[in-house]
Amino acid sequence: MRTAVIVFPGSNCDRDMAVALEAVTGAKPAMVWHGETMLPDGTALIALPGGFSYGDYLRCGAIAARSAIIPAIVAAAEAGVPVLGVCNGFQVLTEIGLLPGALMRNEGLDFVCRDVALTVDNAQSTFTSRYAAGERIIVPVAHHDGNYTADADTLDRIEGEGRVAFRYAESVNGSARQIAGVLNASGNVLGMMPHPERRIEAAHGGDDGRRLFEGLLETVGA
Amino acid sequence: MKLRIVVTLKPGVLDPQGRAIHKALGGLGFGGVNDVRAGKLFELDVADDTSDAAIDEMCRKLLANTVIENYRVERG
Repeated sequence: MRTAVIVFPGSNCDRDMAVALEAVTGAKPAMVWHGETMLPDGTALIALPGGFSYGDYLRCGAIAARSAIIPAIVAAAEAGVPVLGVCNGFQVLTEIGLLPGALMRNEGLDFVCRDVALTVDNAQSTFTSRYAAGERIIVPVAHHDGNYTADADTLDRIEGEGRVAFRYAESVNGSARQIAGVLNASGNVLGMMPHPERRIEAAHGGDDGRRLFEGLLETVGA
Repeated sequence: MKLRIVVTLKPGVLDPQGRAIHKALGGLGFGGVNDVRAGKLFELDVADDTSDAAIDEMCRKLLANTVIENYRVERG
């Protein structure tokens, strides 16, 4: 499977993402600089990594969301290519408008950096097929602005449509309805604050994140 | 032409920073502060013939996230 990791100035989980993708797919991803305007031919998965693009200036992900590469990502997403945004990547996806809502400063104002328990809300998606519905998994978070916010109608809609992929098992950052990961309407774009790429082997303390990538490989195809 | 663009959180959107500032004001002994909301101010110097539509687009496309924020433009 040909994958691409988008690299912004200030991305710092791009290499972790590349290691996770290579470990699961067996092939190195293309590292695509934000100033490019095209993705490599045959890209079957796009990953937007964590980090602090543009130093979180203006709003987290706001400036990265106006990069030259973004129209190519939007076009690929509309054509059905899976797009995974983790942490800052999730913030970028909401700023682009590919996902609803916004990520605000954590309720307690603290930077939260620790393993957290998540429950898998939707185990049917392209990203979550290797999990069981309601399963509890452990994945690390590391963020200051992960407080998911949307109006009540939007929250009702995404819940009603099964678009909450993951929830925090307990409150971590004040997110509305403890939402940790959200899918778009077609189910091919996922944004999540926790870092599955930091939990792919025993040396990481567990491999609950690995199954997300394995599920992608299975559903998207080699 | 000088512009001041004021971006504020929409009513109803929780503002953890505003709440912390509110608490700190209380800690300094200032009573009677009912609420604090934090926002942003941008000072722009733009060409005199910049259209209102273009200014509005700058706000909607970048300066404000209209999912959670409102904006207003002050001139002069």
